[in-house]
Amino acid sequence: MIRKITRRHVLAASAAATAGALVTPVRGAPPEAQKVTAELIDAARKEGKLSWYTSVDLALGEKVAAAFEAKYPGIKVKVERSGAERNYQRIGQEYQNKIYNCDVVNSSDAAHLVVWKRAGMLASYLPEEVAQHFPAAHRDPDGMFASWRITLSPLGYNTKLVKAEEAPKSYAELVDPKWAGKIVKAHPGYSGTIMTATQQLSRDLGWAWFEKLAKLKVMQVQSATEPPKKLALGERALMADGGEYVIEELRTRGEPVEIVYPTEGTPLITGPSAVMARAPNPSAARLFQAWSMTREAQQLNIDVGALRSAHSQAKDRSDMKRFADIKTLREEPGVVADQADALKAQYLKIFKV
Amino acid sequence: MMRDLSRPILLAVSGLLAAMIVLPMGWLLVVSLTDKEGAATLANFVALFTDPTFVEPLITTLIIACSVSAICCLVAAPLGWLVARTDMPLAGIVRTLVMASLVTPPFVGAIAWEMLAAPNSGLLNQLWRLVSGMPSDEALFDIYSLTGLIFVISCYTFPYVFILVANALDRMPGELEDASSMLGAKTWQTARHVTVPLALPTLLAGALVAFLQALNLFGSPAILAIPAGFHTLTTRIWSLFQFPPKPELAAAASVPLLVLTILLLRAQAAVLGRRGYAVLGGKYGAPRPIRLGWGKGPAVALALFVLAMPLFLPYAALFNSAFSRVASRLVTPETITLHNVRFTFLELSSTMPALKNTFLLATASATLGALLALLIAYIVARKAVPGHRLLAFLATAPLAIPGIVLGVGLFLAYTRPPLALYGTLWILLIAFVTIELPAAYQQLGSAFHAVHPELEEAGRMLGATRLRTLADITAPLLRSAVIATWCFIFVATIRELSAAVILFTSETKVLSVLIFDLKESGDVGAIAVLSLSMVAITTIVIAAANRLHVRPQMRPAT
Repeated sequence: MIRKITRRHVLAASAAATAGALVTPVRGAPPEAQKVTAELIDAARKEGKLSWYTSVDLALGEKVAAAFEAKYPGIKVKVERSGAERNYQRIGQEYQNKIYNCDVVNSSDAAHLVVWKRAGMLASYLPEEVAQHFPAAHRDPDGMFASWRITLSPLGYNTKLVKAEEAPKSYAELVDPKWAGKIVKAHPGYSGTIMTATQQLSRDLGWAWFEKLAKLKVMQVQSATEPPKKLALGERALMADGGEYVIEELRTRGEPVEIVYPTEGTPLITGPSAVMARAPNPSAARLFQAWSMTREAQQLNIDVGALRSAHSQAKDRSDMKRFADIKTLREEPGVVADQADALKAQYLKIFKV
Repeated sequence: MMRDLSRPILLAVSGLLAAMIVLPMGWLLVVSLTDKEGAATLANFVALFTDPTFVEPLITTLIIACSVSAICCLVAAPLGWLVARTDMPLAGIVRTLVMASLVTPPFVGAIAWEMLAAPNSGLLNQLWRLVSGMPSDEALFDIYSLTGLIFVISCYTFPYVFILVANALDRMPGELEDASSMLGAKTWQTARHVTVPLALPTLLAGALVAFLQALNLFGSPAILAIPAGFHTLTTRIWSLFQFPPKPELAAAASVPLLVLTILLLRAQAAVLGRRGYAVLGGKYGAPRPIRLGWGKGPAVALALFVLAMPLFLPYAALFNSAFSRVASRLVTPETITLHNVRFTFLELSSTMPALKNTFLLATASATLGALLALLIAYIVARKAVPGHRLLAFLATAPLAIPGIVLGVGLFLAYTRPPLALYGTLWILLIAFVTIELPAAYQQLGSAFHAVHPELEEAGRMLGATRLRTLADITAPLLRSAVIATWCFIFVATIRELSAAVILFTSETKVLSVLIFDLKESGDVGAIAVLSLSMVAITTIVIAAANRLHVRPQMRPAT
């Protein structure tokens, strides 16, 4: 039973990959932008709750949920945080068994949304603010998803263990043998951020770079949120990857960590959100999706969470490097969807885990 | 006079057991012999024995299991003897504390040891650098290594062996040792010719339990082996359930474990089967404790040193990180914070549902599991139905399957009509009862070994039915064993991670899965708070159960 459906997912994914990148074929007439109406709020209040599957850092996820609950009292948000790849597997498993727990889903692996859309698992819902303020590259033409968050996967170091002038400036400098035993790195089998970054880096630097990195006794953790925390603990001096927003947040709190945007370019990670077609709380799900894309909520992501935003009116934080000034690597969700299994197999061969 | 209903009931139990264990195992076997298209094949086994990404974890796992088994016996046997048979001071407290260390889930222990002995940020390493002036890029301990993993697994496995040994030594009649000394044997001669031979079967059983425990453990390797860059068989199997899942390979990978376990169980049966070990027939006087003399001090020091490993040090680390912002720094009165406690109980939306699910499941599993294990142990010990050997095998079989693979077997078996249980707490209940059954059965089974059937036969001759004898004679004699088993299952259920990690849904999430999720994103403060609360509540439940235990064990005959 598992096998049949997963094969279908893979097939769907490769079809999406041949079709192009994130842009999936338009199904029909463009969807109408939806306002948040009093009826929607009432219906959402009657449902009273929603379940939000996300891979954003837990502390931030709970803050976002609390902000929504404050704005719309009486609607409780349950944050189901796990790695994007783990959530992907779980949603697939639950749906095969006709268990529909998930209302709104957010993934740091944009390829997942492509696959879910193909499988007919997403609802078409285009909030007004997405239609007005999100560039076309960050919203699905059928209104099935939009980029709720954008982040990067930079390098980083612990300022107590490494002097600023000695810290590696590029991926090439990171694989210097002198860093053996000092690097922490997250895993593409768990984290969507790292899966996305692995595809970009293997494309632009080649697997030979990963092989050099693997020789340096890298500490392997799971979530992209963990390498920055290991740096803050002082357990490792350098991080090879990890969520920019997590290390930025630790830096803001005064932990001894610093970000390096490598000269080759930094992997770009788009994290779209969608309402599930079979959401058990459809109105609360739509209300949350609409609210999470507003300027207010997107600014909260930036101010409290150090995320980046696709919203045209959201403002960069003054203490963060301007998004526009950072050289980023090109994102190819369609290719990730197509090659995910091969990427993981290659990774296992090189890193043994 | 009530008719003897024992036969139908016993048969029903056998049937239930078959459905609980044969069904998922059957699915696993079928799946291991099928390819992706559903055709019969041996390709999965070929892959298993030729692909280095399977062979290396298999070898690693065997090294770990052998080492853990040896270390556990070496630590548990002397400690058990000190506690049960000597006048070592604090013996009662030491025994309670070893049992208490069992409350710690192995993965929580592994996380705590990470806080202590991670090469750079570990508290012990920092302390050592401070004392010895060792340079900051060297470490005294590296928990992210094979030896580190063996050490941590041993810490949380040796209590099982300890309990078996100490209980066996308790039950052993002192008269045999007294007779030996009266006949002129020296202390060590008595030990060698009387105590050791009587305790040997238990120690072997303990070695087996430790071996299997280490073989099938998932949590500690997932936390320590993966950062170190190697897999054990269980973590490799777990990685096969990442997308896209490959249950056929996972099923095949569990077969070597199954075969190994069957062989070990047969070996144990051969050792135990040769002689009768019924040593509790009627009443014996309390055994005379051996005088340690000048050895008292060193004995207590040794016991406390051993206890520091699973208990004092890890809990110090957990307390430290529960009340500090950064786990690698020691809490001081200036830096102490309730931030983690607030986050866990007020902000984290999964905490309360997970707590509720966990305690509901633990209570139900313990009650159901203890009852079932009691009945099965009785059937097997008294050969009450034909085919009881098969029943013994079935009750022990889940031990051979890593929880994570059993999880998948149950998933395959219970996601289809007529019993579509996935997504409910029922599937977790079945999983937990099935997983804990072997240990529960072994505990009660060895307790039955010590109760001579002549007591029951007397009851039967006087006209009581089987069930009545069980209720009025055997059960009271086994009362403490049954309560211990209940507690054991309760605790084990709370700690269970590997099957839960496959079978949970967001509505049926349990505490262990929540902690594991938190670990993967590095939220150590919340982990520390949750682990400590979990241990506190568990301890209260066990203390309450133990109050039942101290009541008189046998009512006077009327």
